[in-house]
Amino acid sequence: MRYSIFSVLAQALQGNTGWKPVWREAELKPAYDVIIVGGGGHGLATAFYLAKEHGITNIAVLERGWLGSGNVGRNTTIIRSNYLLPGNIPFYERSMQLWESLEQDLNYNAMVSQRGVLNLYHSEAQRDAFARRGNAMRLHGVDAELLEREMVRAIVPYLDFANARFPIAGGLLQRRGGTVRHDAVAWGYARAADQRGVDLVQNCEVTGIRVEGGRVIGLDTVKGFVRAGKVGLACAGNSSRVAALAGLKLPIESHVLQAFVSEGVKPLINTVITFGAGHFYISQSDKGGLVFGGDIDGYNSYAWRGNLPMVEHVCESAMALMPMLGRLRLLRSWGGLMDMSMDGSPIIDKTPIAGLYLNAGWCYGGFKATPASGWCFAYTIARDEPHALNAAFRLDRFATGHLIDEKGAGAQPNLH
Amino acid sequence: MRIDCCYCGPRGHEEFAYLGDATVARPNGDPKRPLDDAEWQRWIDYVYLRDNPAGPHRELWQHVAGCRAWLVVTRDVRTHAILNVEPARQVALARAR
Repeated sequence: MRYSIFSVLAQALQGNTGWKPVWREAELKPAYDVIIVGGGGHGLATAFYLAKEHGITNIAVLERGWLGSGNVGRNTTIIRSNYLLPGNIPFYERSMQLWESLEQDLNYNAMVSQRGVLNLYHSEAQRDAFARRGNAMRLHGVDAELLEREMVRAIVPYLDFANARFPIAGGLLQRRGGTVRHDAVAWGYARAADQRGVDLVQNCEVTGIRVEGGRVIGLDTVKGFVRAGKVGLACAGNSSRVAALAGLKLPIESHVLQAFVSEGVKPLINTVITFGAGHFYISQSDKGGLVFGGDIDGYNSYAWRGNLPMVEHVCESAMALMPMLGRLRLLRSWGGLMDMSMDGSPIIDKTPIAGLYLNAGWCYGGFKATPASGWCFAYTIARDEPHALNAAFRLDRFATGHLIDEKGAGAQPNLH
Repeated sequence: MRIDCCYCGPRGHEEFAYLGDATVARPNGDPKRPLDDAEWQRWIDYVYLRDNPAGPHRELWQHVAGCRAWLVVTRDVRTHAILNVEPARQVALARAR
């Protein structure tokens, strides 16, 4: 069924009794041309672009739990392309362009809202760093505006501009940034992939990767063996564990990142604000809850939950930036598993095993990258070589020294 | 998470700084000699590659807001349960033996 104003009206007249399930419950077939391991945003997007751009439709997406049960439904929904380094900017800008046409592409309302992303700076040195970043973005054709304090005040007057320790000096604004309804991204890609014949198989954990003569031949799963021409791994959070099934050791640690939502309030924040003096970012969902987050807890974790010291730290940052938040109650907090890579940048590449491809290491920036990640990973799988956009995201860059270290923090995953 | 420091007793983990996997070993070698391929690979392993297990994980923590000692903590990363704490010096000496 194609969604449109007419389908909504027709359903309204039928009392909404005619809506169909959004995708089929596919049974696992014995063999596929391509199998994607991981039914999150990136895996589903990869399957969709393989079908749409490369004409490959004999595809399965295997998911251990249910579709979109991982980080695509756990993030703070922010999209932006305000990066500094040459390997990153064109990739994230492609992602932004794909976000802008996503809903028409998928025929699905993902509530893409370009409400702007405002990064605050608090010192002269930080202003210089942001001016440099903004210039790098504009040289790559990405929109960026450097704002002085009064220009920031006109947008978000309720911040603590006179904070004694971290007074707000201005901001770097990317107006095309914003937020997206994150679950709808997974559902939209799933539906669009399903319509092109992709089998979406849930509750199907992969337990082994079979390799013969240096080439992947198939996967052992809890639903039995399935033969595969090519296999793409897109299981961030658990990338190390899945890659280990093929004997690969990755430059990745799994860490836990917490996110938070307050009780719902009337419209308050009409953009995305990031604090420049601490790791803190906040926006408001369409339901009214303030959605915010901070840094990773900082130690290896597969526990899907964090600890209280980081909750306190994030709330302190919130109070330093926006003291009125102290009157709000925290409604929920939750944790997700991050593939923290050794240079803070992702990997979309072939592996030393023929026919096995890797999409991993998203740190906590994976959501905004979803469309471009799927697009580039599909290209890499279909053509057996990376596209220019993901040419820098190589698996062997750690051996060759071509790191993409946006923060300059070195090989210390918990500092990225 | 509370870490039972060998010198200070149980303290909240916010008193400690985390370094990471304690099982990686810095390669030995003569710094004046160029690296051969195997040694090069050992350095890449040491600096960048991690087992990243889902289960008991031996890791280095420093009690920065206490005695400043380095500790090797064995922690189940699926549950955050701390299974064992040893002084890092003792672990290093045992490994050197």
